[in-house]
Amino acid sequence: MPEQITQEIFEHLVALAALELNPDEAEYLRGELNHQLAAIQELSAIPLDADIPASLHGVPFPVEVRQGLRQDEWQPYPEPQTILKQAPETSDGYIVVPDIPHTTLE
Amino acid sequence: MELCDLSAYEIAQHVRSQKATAVQVLESCLERIQKVDGRPGALDAGELTAEDRLRVHAFITLTEERARAQAEEVDRKVAAGEDPGLLAGVPVSIKDIFCVQGTPSTAASRILANFVSPYTATSVARMEEQGALVLGKVNLDEFTYGSSNESSAFQPCPRNPWNLNHVVGGSSGGSAASVAAGEVALSLGTDTAGSIRQPAAFCGVVGLKPTYGRVSRYGLIAFGSSLDCPGPMARDVTDAAMMLQTIAGPDPKDATSATVPVPDYIEALEEGVQGLRIGLSPDYFRIAIPDARTGKYHTEPVPAEFEQAVLRAAQVLAEMGAEIIEDVPMPNARYGIPAYFVISRVEAASNLHRFDGVKYGYRTQRTPADLRDLYRKTRAEGFGLQPKLRILMGMYVSAAQYSEQYYQRALRVRTLIRRDFDQAFDPDGAVYVDALLTPTTPTPAFPLEAVYGDSVMMQYADQLTVPANHAGIPGVSLPGGLTAEGLPIGIQLLGPDFREDTLLRIGRAYEVATQDDPWRQEEPQSAHL
Repeated sequence: MPEQITQEIFEHLVALAALELNPDEAEYLRGELNHQLAAIQELSAIPLDADIPASLHGVPFPVEVRQGLRQDEWQPYPEPQTILKQAPETSDGYIVVPDIPHTTLE
Repeated sequence: MELCDLSAYEIAQHVRSQKATAVQVLESCLERIQKVDGRPGALDAGELTAEDRLRVHAFITLTEERARAQAEEVDRKVAAGEDPGLLAGVPVSIKDIFCVQGTPSTAASRILANFVSPYTATSVARMEEQGALVLGKVNLDEFTYGSSNESSAFQPCPRNPWNLNHVVGGSSGGSAASVAAGEVALSLGTDTAGSIRQPAAFCGVVGLKPTYGRVSRYGLIAFGSSLDCPGPMARDVTDAAMMLQTIAGPDPKDATSATVPVPDYIEALEEGVQGLRIGLSPDYFRIAIPDARTGKYHTEPVPAEFEQAVLRAAQVLAEMGAEIIEDVPMPNARYGIPAYFVISRVEAASNLHRFDGVKYGYRTQRTPADLRDLYRKTRAEGFGLQPKLRILMGMYVSAAQYSEQYYQRALRVRTLIRRDFDQAFDPDGAVYVDALLTPTTPTPAFPLEAVYGDSVMMQYADQLTVPANHAGIPGVSLPGGLTAEGLPIGIQLLGPDFREDTLLRIGRAYEVATQDDPWRQEEPQSAHL
């Protein structure tokens, strides 16, 4: 069957995914994507009556088994340093990142 | 028999009655790990050596000091006459997709290799409160994306204790291997398409996927948020029941955990199967074999040994008083994999966007031009091929112009899959059953490297387990025999929402009835290392 994910579509997906790929990776991944799409073509042939709804999850989740919303209360985290310590670069309690792409308004 | 080979139930009994101390149990497990596990999984591990090929490699991180402190505390409680908890002195491993405070929590990915969790997953905390000894974090497919553990960034990947040249299954492969090899009595796994049940089947242990909402997902690094279920892996049904008892129940930290009361699973175990209706479905005795090049696939019967194992179990259960209902229709089960290819990828792509080299985890060492370039370089270097593939697929099938054709359609197919189960488990329905009995997997554990790389074929390893994830219902895989080659065969029980008690009860009855079967006397290859 024809390849659905052309080089052009693939490059668009890679950009959306915030990835960059070397040529070997790109070839393997585009090939596998097309194989996977071929494998799911069956979905389009399944007869679906118009009244069949989408299920976002399988088990019904009626209000009786939900915990309900808790109060929206501010609670200080006891050790913020343990969280900040995980960041690759910090300064004075702030997380440091490179320049954010932006346009200077006139 | 060494302490580490006892069941969790027996270990807790020994520790409570002071026949053994928790520290002695720990020493026994550490000795077993030393003997069979080999070098732990690591990044950039180099070539496999001849010795590597003869080891199990279940662990990524050993947490010996943590376990020792826990063991000493259990022994102190016993000596002081305090309650040491349901899992007193029971050694456990944790799939490295769970956060455990102060331990590396890697998801078997380079992008989280340096992440030390500042908090502990609810299910782990609950086991620790009940006296479990956490021996360490075990290997998995990177971010759980696979059915063999070969995609882990931490190599050597686990090898099947029953035949060290075969895969352990996945994604909870290190969990299954560590239990099968007697390194721990219990392991905490997760199941998104079969990731507890399939490796349990491959490694000859019990693996239970609870109902979605039965066990908190707090502290679980998310893959498919509408499908992921933490659950127990154990060497027998009683142990799985003890572990589920410990981890089940609502959690204020997970809004999707349900407030449905948790029954006494252990008490229900010995109730037998008299009067229970157990179904067989022809739709679970056929498997699809895809040809990825053409997009076509053909169907075949499951291997004869698998069919025989399931029918033998049905016969045993019938002799104990269960009613076997044949020909339960499950016509939409076959759409489980195609729908999963879409739904799980969309959820995975969404969940993986948080890994960006800013807040925690790996950051590229190259100098990025700007923030977006930092994201791209970090993710390019940090993710392996399988996460990249899932992100790209998720992007495609949820894109505005394709969503109707793929994602929205897959969600509606999910409704059909759920309806099959609703009808089968409806007490007023045409064919009412309390549980379905099926094979767990389409094949036994395949040789290492035989399937890896073919992402379509690998996904089809989950074809008999994934319908339960779409539907959210519970399922358990039980050891059901050995193939002529000596590889474990798994049989699966599927039940209605929140009826894990029924599945455990049937499983226990089957276990008792087959206790003297010759295959149950066999030991895995790892017992002779």
